[in-house]
Amino acid sequence: MKKLYIFIATIFIINLATTFKQDNAPTHSYKEKLSEYGFFEGKISEQQPAKNVMPYTLNAPLFSDYAYKLRFVQLPDNQQVAYNADSVFQFPKGTAIIKTFYYKNDERNDKKGRRLIETRVLLHQENGWVSLPYIWNDDQTDAVLEVTGGTTKVAWRDAQGAKKEFEYIVPNMNQCKGCHERNGVMTPIGPSARQLNGDFKYADGTENQLIKWKNANVLRGGEDVKNAPKLVHYDDATASLDARARAYLDINCAHCHNKTGPAQTSGLLLDWKTTDSTAYGFYKTPIAAGRGSGNLKFDIVPGKPNESILVYRMESTDPGVMMPELSRSQQHTEGVKLIKEWIKSMKTN
Amino acid sequence: MNRILWVINFLVVNIAFLNAQADIEKRIQTDMIMAENGSTVQITEGVFTMSKSISMDGKKNVTIKGKGIDKTILSFKGQVAGAEGIKITNCENIILEDLTVQDSKGDLIKTMHVKGITFRRVKAEWTGKPSKTNGSYALYPVQCENVMIDSCIAIGASDAGIYVGQSKHIIVKNCTAYRNVAGIEIENSLYADVFDNVSTGNTGGILVFDLPNLVQKRGGYVRVFNNVIKENNFSNFAPKGNIVASVPKGTGMLILATNNVEIFNNQIINNKTTGVSIISYFMTEIKIKDKDYYPYPSAIDIHDNNFERKKGRVPFNGRFAKIYWFKLKFGRNVPHVVYDGVIDKKALDTNGQTKPENRICVRNNKNQTVANMDAANGFKNVSRDPNQFDCTLEKIKAVDNFTAKN
Repeated sequence: MKKLYIFIATIFIINLATTFKQDNAPTHSYKEKLSEYGFFEGKISEQQPAKNVMPYTLNAPLFSDYAYKLRFVQLPDNQQVAYNADSVFQFPKGTAIIKTFYYKNDERNDKKGRRLIETRVLLHQENGWVSLPYIWNDDQTDAVLEVTGGTTKVAWRDAQGAKKEFEYIVPNMNQCKGCHERNGVMTPIGPSARQLNGDFKYADGTENQLIKWKNANVLRGGEDVKNAPKLVHYDDATASLDARARAYLDINCAHCHNKTGPAQTSGLLLDWKTTDSTAYGFYKTPIAAGRGSGNLKFDIVPGKPNESILVYRMESTDPGVMMPELSRSQQHTEGVKLIKEWIKSMKTN
Repeated sequence: MNRILWVINFLVVNIAFLNAQADIEKRIQTDMIMAENGSTVQITEGVFTMSKSISMDGKKNVTIKGKGIDKTILSFKGQVAGAEGIKITNCENIILEDLTVQDSKGDLIKTMHVKGITFRRVKAEWTGKPSKTNGSYALYPVQCENVMIDSCIAIGASDAGIYVGQSKHIIVKNCTAYRNVAGIEIENSLYADVFDNVSTGNTGGILVFDLPNLVQKRGGYVRVFNNVIKENNFSNFAPKGNIVASVPKGTGMLILATNNVEIFNNQIINNKTTGVSIISYFMTEIKIKDKDYYPYPSAIDIHDNNFERKKGRVPFNGRFAKIYWFKLKFGRNVPHVVYDGVIDKKALDTNGQTKPENRICVRNNKNQTVANMDAANGFKNVSRDPNQFDCTLEKIKAVDNFTAKN
């Protein structure tokens, strides 16, 4: 049965591939295996990017069950991406964004190795972005396309040496769009000026990513990248509590909770640009939260984290209650702590 | 020895069964991802346990079809991921029919940004006793256009069984909703016809709400007719914080801050607290911070319904009951239709009267009794004079629903 489906999927992919070929656009065809794209050089599990593939990182990354992530972008030859200060960069057709999720076997000692779990490939096709989940095999020699996602047990030792273990869930193709959506259209989430405005350890030295992109002639415009906005990392103890909390909510919630995202129906908008305090959750009543309300009245009650629905849903791991809805089955203890401190620090009305 | 063989046999059969279940789950999800536009995803007869929510996105003209209610059953009882049972997003002309969906952790079937969505002969239920740990909505189209909900059954939702939110051009007909907090709810939605349904044994039978702070601001042009709205006296089991948690048990219909609603030819029977209540958002006692929100109900026409109610006090339960007992003091002679009487002073005519087209009209109902609560003045001048509601409004047009024509 499984074979039959792989067969059908292959036919489907071949069909798609031929459709795209007719367009003569610089787009990819879907590959069954990650290795077939040629994004990496050498042993694929080392994740060394090929020449035309740039690694990058984000200032404030999304929490995904304590997984580590490697990010790469490949633009079509001789093409650029337009700089803008406010939103995710509009990459040209033919761009691939690659994100590999992995766990260190022992967070206290990198030498103990790591296990790659999945690589999500976002391809900008003629008809828009598509997302493709590739799951790594046990031998770590390649990752295979699984449109329905999957589950796999992950185990590691954390920074304190405690044993961790749980069932990691790889989302299916549709679920990718559950977050990667604006106005019903698939879109990348991470690579914006405020997220890329930070240093990266390149093979030839550490440099600010925006400046590197500008110098490499990858950015069009952006003469003022030096004045680009910058999100703080929510772990950054030197930043203000408010900036850290808002950065956390921006990347962990606002991909859905923004004016054009999938959670717009709730009226709760947690993106960094929201200035309306009710829309940002302050004394805002829930709309369709159901038992997600946890018998609480408001999303955020200043000074009272334990009366704030926001905290209740971040703490939960019940699929019918927890937020975000996807890509999390563990509680993000540090994130919860941050948001609680932030709410507690505010004056009660 | 025999016993060992038997145990091994049992294990083998069970593992095979579990594998088969996982295969079916994967196959249904694969079918929904791979479905070509214009195709039908068939689901065979049987009870299938789903561990994760299943979803479809970006398709046109796809039908998802089972073998019938209670024949094809998707059970999400052991669900470990995804906030709903089935989720359908960014599609056009989708039909879901002939299946039962049960016991998801969140909502049972959510559809968002779908133009043309039909639920036909779908049973969506939480099995077992109604509980606040049940999900919010059984059938949940939100921000959709051309919504058709036909011959469906919704049971056990801790918010609303059939809930249409922020949508346009809606038909809900031939459905049955019971043991939900709200049987059927139309919220911030425009142009809805709700008819030939039975809503019974819920906390509230049919609700028409307009709430603040939402993307689709103003609903209205809702017709509720030919329904049986009976014995909605079930204790409210909604988690607090949700607006329906404040609906008193024994509510037949509740119109909250909606404009242009016509209610006619319904059987509104033995709902212990109220037949139809018409209230402004001020009654929720929640501060309004949305500048564009209109908190007053207006242009409500209630005619040609049959009201019945056994004499007796309203159930003593919750804040509204306290108002009934201590402020309104109706005793055992409770009126069928109540209006909070909070008026928008900016919308009056030059004589200080509500404009004819904005009035609350109650006329020609069987066993009609009314009350104006005078809530704006601390319930001082409660009036049961029927003349204040003796008017009629221009009839609301039937919904122009694209799906209904196809």
